Amino acid sequence: MAINEETVKQVAKLAKLEIEEESIHTFTKELDRIVDMVEQLEELDTEGVEGTYHGLPQKNVWREDKVQQGTDREALFKNVKTRKDGYIEVPAMFDNGGSEA
Amino acid sequence: MNLEPVIGLEVHVELKTDSKMFSPSPAHFGAEPNTNTNVIDWGHPGVLPVVNKRAIEFGMKAALTLNCSIANETKFDRKNYFYPDNPKAYQISQFDQPIGYDGWIEIDVKGEKKKIRIERVHLEEDAGKNTHGDDGSSYVDLNRQGTPLIEIVSEADMRSPEEAQAYLDTVKQLIQFTGVSDVKMQEGSMRCDANISLRPVGQEEFGTKTELKNLNSFNNVRKGLQHEIKRQEKILNAGGAIQQETRRFDETTGETILMRVKEGSSDYRYFPEPDIPNLEISNDWIDDVRASLPEMPKERMERYVKDYKLPEYDAGVLTATVEMSDFFQETVDHGADPKQASNWLMGEVSAYLNSEHKELHDTQLTPKALAEMIKLIADGTISSKIAKKVFKELITKGSDDVKALVEDKGWVQLSDPAKLLPIISETLDQNEQSIEDYKNGKDRALGFLVGNVMKQTRGKANPGVVNKLLKEEMDKR
Repeated sequence: MAINEETVKQVAKLAKLEIEEESIHTFTKELDRIVDMVEQLEELDTEGVEGTYHGLPQKNVWREDKVQQGTDREALFKNVKTRKDGYIEVPAMFDNGGSEA
Repeated sequence: MNLEPVIGLEVHVELKTDSKMFSPSPAHFGAEPNTNTNVIDWGHPGVLPVVNKRAIEFGMKAALTLNCSIANETKFDRKNYFYPDNPKAYQISQFDQPIGYDGWIEIDVKGEKKKIRIERVHLEEDAGKNTHGDDGSSYVDLNRQGTPLIEIVSEADMRSPEEAQAYLDTVKQLIQFTGVSDVKMQEGSMRCDANISLRPVGQEEFGTKTELKNLNSFNNVRKGLQHEIKRQEKILNAGGAIQQETRRFDETTGETILMRVKEGSSDYRYFPEPDIPNLEISNDWIDDVRASLPEMPKERMERYVKDYKLPEYDAGVLTATVEMSDFFQETVDHGADPKQASNWLMGEVSAYLNSEHKELHDTQLTPKALAEMIKLIADGTISSKIAKKVFKELITKGSDDVKALVEDKGWVQLSDPAKLLPIISETLDQNEQSIEDYKNGKDRALGFLVGNVMKQTRGKANPGVVNKLLKEEMDKR
């Protein structure tokens, strides 16, 4: 068993998913089977095969530092539920609690 | 128990590009909320972030200045986190292949020099800015979302809040000289988090650390660390254990407050950013960027001491900021005597900037005008006393032609004997007692007479010439 109920709860929490208590057992079994299936790859002999760091073969795709006007705020705010004075209004947060930048 | 602090710092520096890290929307400060953003910054479906090449160059400049090696192969990774300051729910950052690694800088705490190692310098994007209302809501401005940042991670090499502050000062100074950032903590273009733990002196193994956030000024970095050291000491000395957690420095109380118990790095579920192909940085490119770096404070300082014969202390003050150093250099290039240029910048100019809370670029003074004024003092056109008036004029109003200015204002020093002699004769006629005193060897009498002539000319007479003429005239009597 690679996946236990604690893992399922933790993954659900990180993904902001609410799972009903009775479904946890089902998800644990299903996810465990998925992981088992993926783990079949480990049977392959990868001796001498270079690691893949990225799915795309291109390198150095970039743009010059040229400015373009931002998208119209009204258009962007069509997906904003609550607003005030040009700001997006959200439920109160702890001071910078989750900001990771 | 004798405990020793172990401190490492994470410094975020905003890069001064025109557009954002992965989108072409403007990366400027101070616009109307949510107007400098576009669909890429908002992470709309189907958009494609593309790397800003100048941000890569700026990151390389900063990393090279911090004596880092530059990775020939580097990539971006996705760091997942859920918070309203970033509508994408992930930050594009660098995880296991940072652009710069294995650097170091030298710090100086009260004359004691120490090397602080830098683990890594990586590129990432900034998040939006939250304002917290007292009405149960927070307000989000995404203008900052996507602004290029570098994160500079030091090794845990610092052993006191003072060393941490010296490290920050030095990082700020070096980055500022490269011109890739404004590095202003009060404006948020430089931010600092600290990791701190305590261990018994002599023990090699680190203790459990806490992370301090919200250290938004140089003073708060020092104060926050000082408080956290005391807090941890108290717990450890009482036989307790430190919990690994994130704490916030509260400016009003000067204390650190628990924010959250730290998630593990695995909770961020980093994975290679699928939208952005890997980068390959050639050695030629690295060499070009290295060659484009300006002369750094240490080299400038050594040159000022060697070529201009300035004391080491003065050279240090002049190279503290790139603005001051460039101003000094240009003043000298305009023909001013380096010692005089240094005296004016460290004296009158600095005093003015401090009292007015201004920086050089906020004033009207130019290197050319300062050089002209210094030359006018040297050739006797103006007295050093009048020079203070000239200086006031130059720094508040400015002038393209200082010589014309002093002539216009009637500030030219009176050095012509033909013009001074009538005044001198008159003064002597009115003060015969002083002549007698002078002849009896009382030097003070001469000073009194000079003062008198200066008064008559409203300070314009050249004191050296007056002195000489007075002596000659008295000898004749």
